Amino acid sequence: MMPSSKQFLWMSVNLLVFLQLLDLHSAFAAGKQVITIAYLTQQQTKQAPLSNLDPFIDNKGLPGGELAITDNNTTGQFTGQEFVLKKFIVPNNGNAVDVFSKSILNKYNFVVSMLTKTDLLKIAEMASAKPMLVLDAATQDDDLRNEQCRSNILHVLPSRSMRADALAQYMMKKRWTHWFLVIGNKPDDQLFANAIKRAAKRFGIKIVAEKTWEHTFDARRSAQSDVAVFTQTEEYDVLVVADEQGEFGEYLDYRTWLPRPVIGTQGLIATAWHRTHEQWGATQIQNRFKDLTGRWMEEQDYAAYLAVRAIGEAATRTQSKDAQQVKDYMLGEKFALQGYKGVPLSFRLWDGQLRQPLLLAAPRSLVAVAPIEGFLHPKTELDTLGYDQPESTCKIKKQ
Amino acid sequence: MNKYNLILLLAVLSTVTRAETVFVTLEKDNALAVVDPIAGQLIKTINVGQRPRGIAISPDNKKLFIATSDDNTIKVFDAETLKELTKLPSGDDPETFALNPKADRLYVSNEDDSMVTVLDIAKKKAIKQIKVGVEPEGIAVSPDNHWVISASETTNMLHWIDIKSGTIVENTLVDPRPRAVNFTMDSQQAWATSEMAGTLTILDTQSKKIIKTIHFAIPGVTNDTIQPVGIAIDNKRQRGYVALGPANRVAVINAQTYEVESYLLVGQRVWNLAFSPDQKRLYTTNGVSNDISIIDLESQKVTKSIAVGTYPWGVAVKP
Repeated sequence: MMPSSKQFLWMSVNLLVFLQLLDLHSAFAAGKQVITIAYLTQQQTKQAPLSNLDPFIDNKGLPGGELAITDNNTTGQFTGQEFVLKKFIVPNNGNAVDVFSKSILNKYNFVVSMLTKTDLLKIAEMASAKPMLVLDAATQDDDLRNEQCRSNILHVLPSRSMRADALAQYMMKKRWTHWFLVIGNKPDDQLFANAIKRAAKRFGIKIVAEKTWEHTFDARRSAQSDVAVFTQTEEYDVLVVADEQGEFGEYLDYRTWLPRPVIGTQGLIATAWHRTHEQWGATQIQNRFKDLTGRWMEEQDYAAYLAVRAIGEAATRTQSKDAQQVKDYMLGEKFALQGYKGVPLSFRLWDGQLRQPLLLAAPRSLVAVAPIEGFLHPKTELDTLGYDQPESTCKIKKQ
Repeated sequence: MNKYNLILLLAVLSTVTRAETVFVTLEKDNALAVVDPIAGQLIKTINVGQRPRGIAISPDNKKLFIATSDDNTIKVFDAETLKELTKLPSGDDPETFALNPKADRLYVSNEDDSMVTVLDIAKKKAIKQIKVGVEPEGIAVSPDNHWVISASETTNMLHWIDIKSGTIVENTLVDPRPRAVNFTMDSQQAWATSEMAGTLTILDTQSKKIIKTIHFAIPGVTNDTIQPVGIAIDNKRQRGYVALGPANRVAVINAQTYEVESYLLVGQRVWNLAFSPDQKRLYTTNGVSNDISIIDLESQKVTKSIAVGTYPWGVAVKP
């Protein structure tokens, strides 16, 4: 039986639709999916250093992001994806928020931010109604992960409370539970001190004395005598220093009245990355980074690396460049980021913080890795560091 | 010769033929431990070079290949006399490698360069370099000599290299940080462990598709510490064994149903595995407790542990 003219028409339409679908499919297969990530940073002002040993690094973070893009693309060549890092480096007298609103907003799905808390909150606000995910690779502020939290920001660097908890766990293991807290006069130093106090309370450590370093004299010339006088106080086990910019902390060790170790922002520090770290394949990335830059990988480089790798990992697994889909995968059960720390890294759903082990490092030796054995948690020991779900005051769901 | 002497002689001969030698590379001691597993004794330790890790024995059991990572070479030893015969140009920092069935080619993972290097053993020359994913680690040649699989730790992929053409024909995305890969004796399946995800992926060689992903879970052990590494599958494909790293256990898997039958407690940070030639025993290297464990496979019990030296890494067995 011959098909009627109507039937024939339908068949042709079907065929046409089929051909179009076929065409679309082949076009997709031939073209690469391009995932572009904006990297936004502002040039840093060089601070007066206490020691001239460490050269000032003006691009902390950037080479980490570049290394991660290379790694993403090595994977991408096998999955038909191409990753591009678009760099926005705002001069130190420029306005990063303006650059964001003019050049990044509405143009990119993914932003790696190296901005300060104030600027980060501004860009997150602007991006809130857009399909955009912000990965913060620069701040350590606890309030950004609590009362000031935003649903479109994920935080890569460990918060101050995570660092303080890591130090406290190791001090508990050593039973050095009487602390003398020395705080610098900058607002950030106070924030670190608050995290230290919180950790002390959490782990049953006693802060026997607390003093503020006033900078009322030239520390370079008088550190020897002044530190000795300054540190005469109650009996204590360790001196905990809160000096984030490194204005005086390095001068405390070996100059205290009592022979006591220094921990905190100097001496034994808790950090996401350190040049002494070699375990779990870390040697490989340390070498690759040094080959690329000729310098050691800093914590910010590591954070930018992880941020770009996290986007890469989620985009590869989902085969998507859609901000929501990528974010959903990142916050999902299956997401496991390899960060050279021996355990898979993932994001906390309640505050968007990347859960990760912290390195407890002295300048030339890795002392321990927190969480310290024996600090238990029903879900993952990594959540013994920082604000756990019941403690979090972040009321916005990240998903 | 009287009858009793003859029996005695035969008895002695049969013991001699049954005795096997286990070789263990000691990463921190820069040495090779030589162990008599039947007697349960460390016979001797010999220096082999800086930071020895990967180890393999040739199919005729005459040559021993050892990657001495910090010497940037793979050394070849006489498996009987343990004299060094030659050095192969492996590229920088060799860790793992695989020998083809004819033992004329060696496939080496170059972790820092994202490459697989193909070495002609007789000519002592690199004949090809194949670009793979970031930080290639586990590598295996199929027993039928058709495929090489290279696992890249950071790219999270298995790269299927066709031996004839020397090119990658397929890439399979697996769970995070694939470490080790191994083929079944019939070459029909490839098994790969993912350290970060705590999983084992079983793939079909023909289709290169994933047949099954096995998630390891041990009561009382947190998931973070279950980090699967070395794989051994028996020749009849009845059971497979997976070393679970800092979980200090070897998982026993039914290779037909893919059920995990049990977890056997061995030494600390169990890393690599090797069968005895008759496949009645399994030897494990335990990196942190500095020993090897012997598992009797008939009773499925750990029967012995033998202290061998610091950071035991790889293991190979000579009949």
